[in-house]
Formats: sequence, structure tokens, C-alpha cells
Amino acid sequence: MFTRWQNPLIYSLAFCSGFSIMGIELLGGRILAPFFGSSIHIWGSIITVFMVSLSFGYLLGGKLSTRAASLKRFGTIFVLGGIFILPIALYANDIMQAIFLKIEDSRYGSLMAASALFFIPTVILGMLSPYSVRLLVKNKNESGQVAGVLYFVSTLGSALGTIITSFYLVLYMEVNQIIFTFSFLLSLLGLIAIFADKVTKNTAMPVKDQEARHV
Amino acid sequence: MFKSVLPALLLLLGAGTPWPGKAEIVHSERSLYRNIMVEDKGDLRCLRFNVKQKKSNQSCLYKSQPQQLVFNYTKLLFSGLILNSQPERILIVGLGGGTMSNTLHQLYPDARIDNVEIDPAVIKVAREYFGFFENERVTAIDQDGRLFIKRALMKKQQYDWIILDAFNGEYIPEHLLTREFLQEAKQLLSDNGVLTSNTFSNSGLYAYESATYYDVFGDYFNVRNSVNENRIILTAKQPLPDMKILSRRLDDLDKRLKPYGVNIKVIFALMTQASQEKDWPEDTRVLTDQYSPANLLNID
Repeated sequence: MFTRWQNPLIYSLAFCSGFSIMGIELLGGRILAPFFGSSIHIWGSIITVFMVSLSFGYLLGGKLSTRAASLKRFGTIFVLGGIFILPIALYANDIMQAIFLKIEDSRYGSLMAASALFFIPTVILGMLSPYSVRLLVKNKNESGQVAGVLYFVSTLGSALGTIITSFYLVLYMEVNQIIFTFSFLLSLLGLIAIFADKVTKNTAMPVKDQEARHV
Repeated sequence: MFKSVLPALLLLLGAGTPWPGKAEIVHSERSLYRNIMVEDKGDLRCLRFNVKQKKSNQSCLYKSQPQQLVFNYTKLLFSGLILNSQPERILIVGLGGGTMSNTLHQLYPDARIDNVEIDPAVIKVAREYFGFFENERVTAIDQDGRLFIKRALMKKQQYDWIILDAFNGEYIPEHLLTREFLQEAKQLLSDNGVLTSNTFSNSGLYAYESATYYDVFGDYFNVRNSVNENRIILTAKQPLPDMKILSRRLDDLDKRLKPYGVNIKVIFALMTQASQEKDWPEDTRVLTDQYSPANLLNID
């Protein structure tokens, strides 16, 4: 099951999910502004929704990792994440328009809109962290070490996602193009993980057989 | 460099320097959005948002003659009256010290004036230190300008004059400089409605801003002088009238605006038609809600 490149793959995936989450969070301000303005509570709404959804994502991801954890399932979460951020680009205006008409107070309007747009994809992306830990940890002793490196990598990804999106991406691309790029990136990485899972299973079986014979 | 500094100095000296004596900070507070300072220098009282930058005066008034306008760009905004000299409903986005609102109320006591300001602390300071007043005709709303305009559209309201004064050199609300926003503002204008927008004329953003306004309004007037970094974009819902027709309205306006230190004839002489200058590259990208890195483009 474990090969030399599997861990680096998981770490890079964690890096990219951190990158995309913060990239999307940052674009959130831009997406909400036409309907809810750029008052300070807009960021309150966005950050709240991202934190709440990440926390649920952690919970769900941890739970999910207890049953038949595999690189394939890990990859599937990525693909789902990639798919579920698409509505942000495709339906944001319709969704925000509907909420704008219903809710007069832009605080709760923006909170509703941020929930509608970002809750599901962020929950899904949040599931990845605990799931990565499950895939990376091979014994109890190293669990803290693994979690430490993982947080390092994914949070560094978040930091870079924040700065690169705000300093550069918005200069060259439209908001939706950036979202599509993140979606493509996440889906592609997910598919690579699923593919890698197949390859490792095919190569890992004989190894197991060998070990069994030696014992 | 010298070419632009010298006339500026001469003008300052000629007009009587606005900074006599020492500055005294009358009030300072940190709002949700910025640092707010009220500073007195002799007869002059100014509202400042930033401590360090020199060009950060948002609004000033002469305490002894509060109806005399201090800033050139404030005066340039009055160019809007050349296009429509009888505005009945006025929307001001960005309150500052509220001098524009006060002046317009004196000029047009019957006009409805709505001031929209995102920062409640600015409204408070305008009331307490700049004599900004509200009454049954004049209101101040603590809201984001984009939102106010969207809601006003839903309520089928219209304005004869929209004054956009929400930008300063340090920060631009990017959602107030997109095609979609300008379309909304245009929709909110009555049939003879006019929009004046206080912006810049020097930064890297200039071309983008021009292309975006041109995309939405077609032709517009640039109102600026060589001394000031500000430019006023003056445009309207209807196509712009001929300069000759406009010049006929000046005499009457001139009399009414004199007491406020606004020389409308000089301002008229500063007006140039964007369609004749076309001083931005043909392929300049239009700013939209999808693409609006105004603050990044503004870094020279």
C-alpha cells in the first residue's frame, strides 16, 4: 500500500486544498460585494461561514477516515470538492439576487449568501485534513509529527493561496476563471489520487504476498 | 516634475496659503474603517483619514466662512450643474465632512438630498465638527453605496444628480468602479440626470477607469486642472449636449455659485470631451464585477 511517492502526493494535495480554500475565501469578498457591499460585516460573514464549514468538514472527514480509508476515497473527496465549487461561479448571481430580495439587512443577507455559496464546498474541502492524517500516520508515535507537517503544508498552502490570489490572480483573471481553475485543479488532483490508488494496489499486492511468505 | 510643482506653488501662494499657523488636532478616533482626525489650522478645519500622508485631507472648511468651498475638486463637482441646473433629487455617495450636502441645500432648499456614507463614524464627525445637518429634505444613510443604489433601483427611485465621492487616493472601493455598478447608477438617473464622479487622473488606473465609464455612458467630460490630481468625470443619462448650448447656461449659474467660491466659467473652460481626447489605449480592459483589481492597478 505504501510507496515512496504516496506521502509526497498526499502532502501536495493537502497543500493545494489549503491554497484553494483561502483563494476562494478571498474571492468571496469580491463575489458578495455587488449585492452586499464591502462593509466590515461582509468579511465577518465570509470568515464565519468558512470557519463553521471547515469545522464540520474536520468532524466529517475524521469520521469518514475510520472506515476503509483509502487514497481512492481521498481522491473522490477532492473531485467532489472540485465539482461543488462550480456553483459559486455558475449560480452566484441568481442565488445572491434571491437572497438580496428576501433579506433587507445586508448583515444577514451576506451571511445567508455566504452560507449558500460556500458552506458545502468548504465542508468537503475541510474533510481532507483529518483524512490526510489517517492516510499518513502509520504508527501512534509519529502521529503528532505527521499532523504537524500536515498542518504546516496545508496552512502554508492557505497562506500562498491568499497572497497569490489577492496580489496576482485577480490582476490577470476574472473571478469565475479563478474558480474554474481551482475546480479543475482539485478535480485533477483527485483523479491523480484515484489513479495512484489503482497503481499502488496493483503493485502492492505482490509485496504483501512476499511478506506473507517470509512470515 | 517641476512643471507641475511650480504652478501648484504659485497657486497656493496666490490664493493665500491654506495652512497658516500650527495644526491642532481637535478630534481623533479609530473607526471600523479608518483613522479619523479633525485638525484645525488657523481658520481652516480639515477632516483627515490618514495621519502620515500629506494629501489625505478629505474635506475642509473655513470656520469663519463655512460656505466658502476650500477644495478645488469639490468646486469641480459643480460642473454637474452645467448639464442640469435644477436638480430636485440629489444623491451623494461618500459624505466626508458633509460640505457638499450643506452647500447644495443652501443652493437648492427644496431639493431632496440623500447622503450615503459607509462609515457611521464619519457621519458623526461631520455632524459634530463640520456643521453637517440633516432635516426633512436632507438625510444621511449609513450604508454601502452599491447597496443603496441597488435598493433605490428596486424602489424605482430616481435622481437628477448622483455625486460619487467615495474614492480617495489610498483606497478605492472596487465594487464602485465596475461596469455593472455604473450601469446601476445610470439606471438610477432620471431622464435628465447627471453623474459627477470624483476620481484621479494620474494613476495606472486612469485608462481602465476611462474605458469603463466610456463603455457605460459613451462620451463624458473630463473636468480637471493641471494643478490637481483629481479629475471629475461628468456624464449623463442622455447623450452629452453640445458645448455651445452648455455655454449659454453659464451666466445664470455663475451668479448663483459665486458666493461659494465656485467660478463656473473657469470650470467650464477646464471641461474636455473624452471622445475627442481618447487618451487611453483602444484595447484597455473594462472593469467589471468579475475583473476589478482597481487597487492593484492604482499602484504606480
